[in-house]
Amino acid sequence: MDWLWVVSDWLQALAAGHEPWESYARYFPQLMQGVWLTLQLVVLSGIAGFILAIPLALMRVSDRAWLWVPAYSYIFFFRGTPLLVQIFLVYYGLSQFEWLRQSGWLWNEVLSHAYWCAIITFSLHTAAYIAELFRGALQSIPKGEVEAARALGLSHRQQYSRILLPRAFGMILPAYGNEVILMLKGSALASTITLLDLMGATRNVIARTYMTLEFFLLAGVLYLLIAAVFIGLFRVLEKAYNAHQHAVRLPLNQIDPQLRDEHLRQQVKEDRP
Amino acid sequence: MTCAIETDPSEDVSAKKPLRLQVVDLHKRYGDHEVLKGISLTARQGDVISILGSSGSGKSTFLRCLNLLEHPSQGEIHLSGEQLRLKPNRHQELEAADRKQLEGFRARMGFVFQNFNLWPHLNLLENLALAPTQVLRLSKAEARDRAAALLKRVGLSGKEKAYPLQLSGGQQQRVAIARTLAMEPEVLLFDEPTSALDPELVNEVLGVMRSLAEEGRTMLIVTHEMRFARDVSSEVIFLHQGKVEEQASPEAFFTQPNSTRLREFLSSHR
Repeated sequence: MDWLWVVSDWLQALAAGHEPWESYARYFPQLMQGVWLTLQLVVLSGIAGFILAIPLALMRVSDRAWLWVPAYSYIFFFRGTPLLVQIFLVYYGLSQFEWLRQSGWLWNEVLSHAYWCAIITFSLHTAAYIAELFRGALQSIPKGEVEAARALGLSHRQQYSRILLPRAFGMILPAYGNEVILMLKGSALASTITLLDLMGATRNVIARTYMTLEFFLLAGVLYLLIAAVFIGLFRVLEKAYNAHQHAVRLPLNQIDPQLRDEHLRQQVKEDRP
Repeated sequence: MTCAIETDPSEDVSAKKPLRLQVVDLHKRYGDHEVLKGISLTARQGDVISILGSSGSGKSTFLRCLNLLEHPSQGEIHLSGEQLRLKPNRHQELEAADRKQLEGFRARMGFVFQNFNLWPHLNLLENLALAPTQVLRLSKAEARDRAAALLKRVGLSGKEKAYPLQLSGGQQQRVAIARTLAMEPEVLLFDEPTSALDPELVNEVLGVMRSLAEEGRTMLIVTHEMRFARDVSSEVIFLHQGKVEEQASPEAFFTQPNSTRLREFLSSHR
């Protein structure tokens, strides 16, 4: 990423001789590479976790024990243990199994890399939370809407794929955005397994410069900026996907609590011409 | 769509009209409590049968048993001569022996709910087009054309892109009726379609239902609207404590009720 060095040189010239700006400029490329890795971790595990969450949630709402019990246990474990423990279990724990180390591709290309260990752990972790969000949403869809689908002759599969899951997705969107923010912050733990994500890169730089306060502050600001971008993206997505919620003035008790502020602001704006 | 069948009231044509819905000895039990105690009913093409009864008489349960939204405990259901295959489940209720057949039955038997039950996250066009594309395998374009035509039919053209919650209750119920019509069902079941509406909105829904009756649709209507039942029905049934207490032409039903129960019911609903 050559442009990083160009920007870095430019910043350095600009800051010439004034700390911490000179150091900020010098280590800018490293930090940016950390940001890039953090983004990869969050986005990849966010997507994988979401995909994993759907079957998990469907199992969780089933009334058959052989489906809901495994899903329930999975969610219970991943929500009930610290993410740090989970990372260590995957990164350090799996290597204890001889047969796994002999498994060829799976070990050589995936499980022996801290990068993939982090992505796998984050995906499994966030999937548990997203599945739980889906479960709540699926169970709160009014029964009548499901009956309408049944009464029109939709099959079980069609009811889920055409009505229930799309409807539930709209309901969990704000909370899903929240979960992604939590994962962004949780991703700092990847630095504990040697990855140079934003947190790892920051610590590296501090080890060299001894400018603890300055660089942790900068890292905080960068995390904040990333979070702001995610929040913005989810707001746009939410507006587009849940157009029906924004198209109408509902009595407050009928709006998703997460959207109430936005809704009220809208009303105030409309009321004051 | 369907042309109205001209009938001469003096001549008994019922034998010529094809059978649509036949229900034989339908029972529904919740544990020891028997809600439906053997109800039989026959609807031929173009029949409009109103089902009256005080709350708790089992009329909604009866209607919901017909497309298995509620599982009957015993009985037979035939649609246009085809019997719905049922088998007992572990709760001693009857469930469909063949899911595919049940889905087909439901698609051919339109159901209109008291609370409309539109899908709030889909606009009106999507609400109407969903089942025809999914169940009848219509192309998107066909389903859209059909949906637009039906919205026009229920007086809501121009609202294609609106969402259900932007509409009044009466409008929502008209959309729900249109959604059911989009499947071109052989029988229409109405479960208290106007009970959740403000009084001033009831008539717009009854108007749509009246026009459906006039074009010769086969309809079963659970309702509290006496005037409407009297005007539109070919037959009126009074349910009391899970049994058919009285069954008659609307004239006889409202002017010469036989049972004391029905007389009491009618006088309390004047």
